[in-house]
This record gives sequence, structure tokens and C-alpha cells, in this order.
Amino acid sequence: MTDMAATLQAQKTAAEAMRKRRYAADARLRWYGRIAISVAILLLLTLLVTISAGGYKAFIQTHATIDFPISEELVDRADPAKGDWRAVVRNGIEAAIPGIAASELRKAQQILTNNTQFFVRDAVVADPSVIGKTLTMRVPVSDPYDQMQKGVVSRHLPEERRRLTDREIEWFDALASQGRISTPFNWGLLFNADSRFPEIAGLSGAIVGSFYALMVCFLISFPVGIAAAVYLEEFAPKNRITDIIEVNINNLAAVPSIVFGLLGLAVFLQMFGLPRSAPLVGGMVLSLMTLPTIIIVTRAALKSVPPSIREAAAGIGASPHQVILHHVLPLALPGILTGTIIGLAQALGETAPLLLIGMNAFITSPPGGVMEASTALPTQIFIWADSPERGFVARTSAGIMVLLGFLLVMNAIAIFLRQRLERRW
Amino acid sequence: MVGYLLTTILLLSCVAFWVGRSAGNKFAAKSAQSTHSLPGYHGAFVAIWVGLPALVLVLLWVLFQNNVINGLLVGSLPDDLTAGASPAQISLLIAEVRNVAAGQIFGTPSPDIVAAAERLGSWQSISAWAMVVVAVSIMLLAMAFTRARLTPAFRARNRVENILSGLMILCSIAAVLTTLGIITSLLYESWAFFKIVPPADFFFGLNWEPQIAIRADQVAGNGAFGAVPVFVGTILIATIAMTVATPIGLYTAIYLVEYANERTRSIVKPILEMLAGVPTVVYGFFAVLTVAPAIREAGGLFGLATSPNSALAAGGVMGIMIIPFISSLSDDALRAVPRSLRDGSLAMGATRAETMTRVLLPAALPGIVGGILLALSRAIGETMIVVMAAGLIASLTFNPIDSVTTVTVQIVTLLIGDTAFDSPKTLAAFALGLVLFLITLALNVVALRVVRKYREQYD
Repeated sequence: MTDMAATLQAQKTAAEAMRKRRYAADARLRWYGRIAISVAILLLLTLLVTISAGGYKAFIQTHATIDFPISEELVDRADPAKGDWRAVVRNGIEAAIPGIAASELRKAQQILTNNTQFFVRDAVVADPSVIGKTLTMRVPVSDPYDQMQKGVVSRHLPEERRRLTDREIEWFDALASQGRISTPFNWGLLFNADSRFPEIAGLSGAIVGSFYALMVCFLISFPVGIAAAVYLEEFAPKNRITDIIEVNINNLAAVPSIVFGLLGLAVFLQMFGLPRSAPLVGGMVLSLMTLPTIIIVTRAALKSVPPSIREAAAGIGASPHQVILHHVLPLALPGILTGTIIGLAQALGETAPLLLIGMNAFITSPPGGVMEASTALPTQIFIWADSPERGFVARTSAGIMVLLGFLLVMNAIAIFLRQRLERRW
Repeated sequence: MVGYLLTTILLLSCVAFWVGRSAGNKFAAKSAQSTHSLPGYHGAFVAIWVGLPALVLVLLWVLFQNNVINGLLVGSLPDDLTAGASPAQISLLIAEVRNVAAGQIFGTPSPDIVAAAERLGSWQSISAWAMVVVAVSIMLLAMAFTRARLTPAFRARNRVENILSGLMILCSIAAVLTTLGIITSLLYESWAFFKIVPPADFFFGLNWEPQIAIRADQVAGNGAFGAVPVFVGTILIATIAMTVATPIGLYTAIYLVEYANERTRSIVKPILEMLAGVPTVVYGFFAVLTVAPAIREAGGLFGLATSPNSALAAGGVMGIMIIPFISSLSDDALRAVPRSLRDGSLAMGATRAETMTRVLLPAALPGIVGGILLALSRAIGETMIVVMAAGLIASLTFNPIDSVTTVTVQIVTLLIGDTAFDSPKTLAAFALGLVLFLITLALNVVALRVVRKYREQYD
């Protein structure tokens, strides 16, 4: 009897142990899943946090307020554009920093951004009445000082390990003690064009270029995509040719983006001789990439319109085209628009094909049309990421934040459209 | 000029629509019984015939005008400039003439060039005006002809619908044309490349130094196009990416399918989708700014000499980018397994883990493999992360903390800032592009087929 009890007991413990093992395995798998999700979310957070931590500083810019005496000896009243603006800036600095030696002026002038003389010139040309008086202007300070003021580069490093000498910091502090240094919001980041100098480099050229390219992309891919989808979904006979077209569209959606760049380079630039770096070509290349997305989304939207609508329309005598144009397409439009916006958002972030057709040009003014050389937002980020100046690190992050902001807005619009207009049958 | 012309076309089409519709209105008012089409269709018929041919004409004109003018220009240049010149020299000449014509003069151009620039200017204005005259007269003629054809019995609706169908077919073919364009341009340029560099050297050579071959007479000007190190680098980085992405993506999918409740799913899924929505240039910057220095420091702790552009940094960050593809495709595959299989397993007392590993995963395996293949094709074709974070020098190594280069990096570096289309350096990029296209195409075709076939089984 005891034997049997013992065996039973043994079996029970064995079963217990086995169940424990099995439950442990279950718990382990659950934890692996949790860990995987946490890792993925953590990585996303790291990405966003490092970008914003590096980028928020570029949204403010250190400025110095300097009084520039515009003397008539240096600036001709008759032709103000031809003045000795370098000397004007020098005089302004000399007046602002007490006790500075004449030999040091050249060095001290570099506190202000290199383009100060042109800013002053433009201000005077715009308003010649200040000639003979003093012009007070707020100009951005150059990158090393800006970095120090924002605390990116510590001023307490040993002198040989920073770009500014003690003497230079002394001048800057002299300006600061007069209340001439301010750090306002950096509107220049959004409204200036690109520049070699980080303190005045901005995104306006890239934003305008991206806008033109996206407009071209939309104008081509939206009508063509919808027409193709309507044909394939509603009219096409199911045969070999339409099968090939369908497989083709699916494959095209998975072709690496750089291959589209090669296509644009060989066909649009080489064969048709369209201008390099132009938003027109960029938009055309992007539209080829967006086309499959729009076709696939539109077909899904058309599919979701119930057959009863088609039958009702056909039943009262509408032709097949009238059924689609007057009844099905309007009902599918919210879905189509949502998909189009998402496709355009992808196109906005696309970089590689734009590099190949030269939309990474260094352009110091926003393009005036679709045929003029330009950059786009992602290519501008790429250019800045490659620039050696310290200030461009923050600019790059800030550019990324602007790009992500645009993407966020586009996706929000898409979600809004979907929720607002989507119909359930 | 083109902008004004396009506006004119639009305006004239609107006028045409109005003309046609008022004709239709008249028919309807006079003979309500016997009118075939609604007035709007009469309008659309006239508008299409006025606008469409003119639009096509203008587009073709703009596309080919430069080529024709260039041809004329080369023909008109004095023989001593063009005789025996290579295509590159001729295109350089044309570029110079165009610059002079556009007023961007550096130094003093030769009188021949100045004369050519003047001719170019006059030809351009002749061409532009001719385009306007031809387009406008075509539109007016079309309006007159089509208006004359309108009668109450005219089947305008059928005509318009036929044209619409034709246009829709053309649009559907656009996708095929794009593919054809890709294949033709890649094959054409690669053909030119393989005439200079034998395919065997390209596919089996171990030495990739394309910059050397800028001048033909240089030492080692030949044989610097052995692409094996580039392929190896691509494979290395893609492997690292997949090692990062596959477990994370797969376990995420398993958790979301089997363990997570509806609320967790609705939070986690959009967050993962955000990973896929971040532009790749951002990932590239992240790799350079954060990940590469971190890896270098970690390597320094263990006394390893880590390259600043390690394959690990580029591959790892690429892995992050790919996580959502794998997780969502695996999620789809796991969900497509019929519920009865899962419930049956649970009913027999199997734990969720056992159900997952013994029932769902084996059943969903083809779909998951298809998803992984699609992700792999993305990893191979991904450009910006590697352009920013991987190296430029092709070295034949499998060491993940070494610097390697990839196919896409080489394509970009070979083509940036260089548009001469007859140097092997430029053409090599197209050969690499061809290889890239074919490999990703093969992966995609297989993956799509596997995924689709598998889905059909349970439907």
C-alpha cells in the first residue's frame, strides 16, 4: 500500500514539476515578448530624445545688439550700396567694446557673423536716412560664441582645448555686461536660406524645394494613381496582362528607392536633358515611387464601397462610367485622400533618389520655380549632417525636428480625415 | 513660357467645354426626345479634344526641344571644335554655350562660342513661339471641328467614356513603363560598363577602388572594379540588421498576438509604426551622432580597435528601422492561422507558449519567412543609413566592428557631383544598381509569392 502511495506521490511531484516547467516556459515567452517591445520602444525614445536634446538649442540663437555709426566718409549718400561696410562694422565693434586695441579689432569683429557687413548694408540701402546717424541692429553672433553662450562648449575648459581664447571671451563678456547679448527664438532657422555659416543657416530653401517637389509629385501621382486603380479594380478584364500589371505594381512598391534615383538620372536628366537639382525632376521621381502606394490604397478604398451602391446606380440606368464617377469614387474619396497623404509623407522623407538627381546642391536662396536648382528638407539635413562646424550638429537635429513636425502634421491630417469622413456600411 | 501656355490650354479647354455644353443645351431645348447625351458630355467631348492633344504636344515639345537644339548646335559649330571630340567633350561644349547664353560668363569665351550662344538664344525663342503658335492653332482647329460634329443624335457620352477608358489604361500601364524604364536604363548603362570592364572582373574581383580609374592611363586604372568586397559589406550589414530586427520583431508579434490585451495592442502598434515612419536620413544621423560613438567607446572598454564607421553601428540602426516590418508581417501571418487550431490546442490543456511554438508558429512559418525576406530586401536596398554611417572604403572583412561599404553607398558616392556618362566610374554605379535591383526583385517576388500562397490556404 505504501508503495502505491509512494508511486502516486512520485507521479504527483513529477507532474507538478512538469507543470511548473511548462508554466515557467509560458512565463518566459511572455517576458521575452515584453522585453522585445520595451527594447523597441526604448530605442524609439532614445532616438527622439537624442534628436530633441541636440536640436532644441538651435531654436534659439545668440544675438548681439550693436550700434553701427554710419559715417558719411564710409558710406556715400548717392550710392549707399558701395560703402566700406567692413569698416562700418569695425567701428561698431570698437565703440561697443571698451578698451579694445586697434590691432585686436579684426579678431573681435569675428564675434559677429561673417555676413554682418551685408546685413548692415541691406538695412542702410533700405533706409538711407540713417546715413550720418547711428544704426542699432541685432545681428547673430558667430558660431563659437553662440555655442559658448548656449553652454554647448564650456568656457571653463583649458584655453588650448577651446576655439575661443580668454581674450575673446573677455570681449564677449564685455558685450554681455552691457546687456547687448540676447538669445531670442531663432526665426532664421525657418526663414533663412542655407549658408556656410551655421549661425545664419536656415531651412527656407529646403522647405520651398520640398513643397515644389511634393506638389509635382501630387499633381502626377494622384490623378494617374486613381485612374490606374479605377481601371484595374472596376473595368479591367481578369487576364494575363492585367495580372502582369498587378504583380508589377506590387513589386514596384518594394523596389529600393535608390533605383528610382538611377532611373531619374538616366531618363529624366540624361535622356530628356531636364535641369539637374530641379524640384520638377525630384517630384517626378518621387511620384513614380508614390504611384504604387496610391494605386494600392485606392483599390482598397474602391473595394470597400458596397456593391449595393453600384447596383442601385446601374439599376436606374447609369453607364458603368457614371456609376464609378458619380457614386463609387466620391464614396471612396476619403480613403483615397488618406492614403495619398500618407504616400506624400513617405515621399517627403525620402532622400536617396534626390541625392542622385542632385537635389543636395548648396543653394543660398529659395528656388523661384520648379525648374530652378534647390534642395529638399531631407537632403538639407544630409548636407548639414556632413558639415564640420559644431553649430551644424544642433541645426541638423533642429532640421530633423522640423521634418518630423511636418510628417506629424501630415499623418494627423490623414488620421483626422479617416475618422471624420470614413463611412461604415 | 510653358507655364503661360499650360494656363492657356486650361482656359481654352474651359471655353471649349462651355461651347460644347451650350450646344448640347440648345439640342436639348429644341428636341428633348431625340438627344442622345446630356449637355455636359457634349462639353466634355469638345474640351477633351481641345485640351488633350495640345497638352501632349507641349509635353513632348518640352521634353525633346533640348535634344533637337543640341543636335542643331553641334551641327552648327565649326568643324575644328567638334571634329574628333568625344561625346563628353561635346556635352562640355554645349554646356559652355548654354552658360554663355544664360549670361553666366566666366573669362572670355571664344567668338565661335559667343556666336553659337546667340544662335542658341534665337533658336530657343523660335522654338518657344513656334510651340505657342502650333499649340494654339491646334486647339482652335480642334474646337471648330468637334463643335461642327455635335448634333442631337451625336453619341457624345460614349465617345467621352471611351477616351476616359483609354486614358485609364494608359495610366495603368505607367507602372509597367516605370519598371521597363528601370530595367532598360540599368541594362543600357551596365552594358556600356561591361564593355569596359569584363563581367568576370566585376563579379569575382576582390579589389574595389573605383576612384583610381578617373584617368585611363593611370597605373591600376584597370581591375579596380571587383565588386566582391562591396557585396560582402552589404551582406554583413544586412545580416547585422536582421540579427537585431528578427528576434525583437518576432517576439513583439508573438506577444501582441497571444498575450497582449486589446488596449496594449492599440498602444504598442502605433508606436511601432512610428519606427517605420521616421525618415531614414534621421536614422543615419542617429547612427553617426549617437550609436557609432557609443560603440567606439564600448569597444575601447574591451580594448578593441573599433572603426569610427563600424558595420555594427550602421547595421544595428538599420535593424531598428526594420523591426516594424517584421513585427507587422509576422503579426499578420500569426493572425491568419485559423482560430480553431489555436482554440483546439488551448482546449487540450496546452499553455499559450506551447500553442504558440507548436501550433501557431509552424502554421504561420511560411508567412513569417516571407516577411523576413521582404525585410531583408529592404535592408539590402536601404541607402541613407549606410551612406551616413557606413564606410566608403571597400574592405573584404566579416568583422562587425570594422568599416565596410555597401552597394547603395557606392552608388551614391560614385554618382554625387559627377554627370559624365562615359567614365567607367559613373557606369559602375549603374552596374551595381542592376545587381541591387535584380537581388531585391528576386527576394520580393519570392516573398510576395510565399506570403500570398500561404494566405490562400486558409481563406
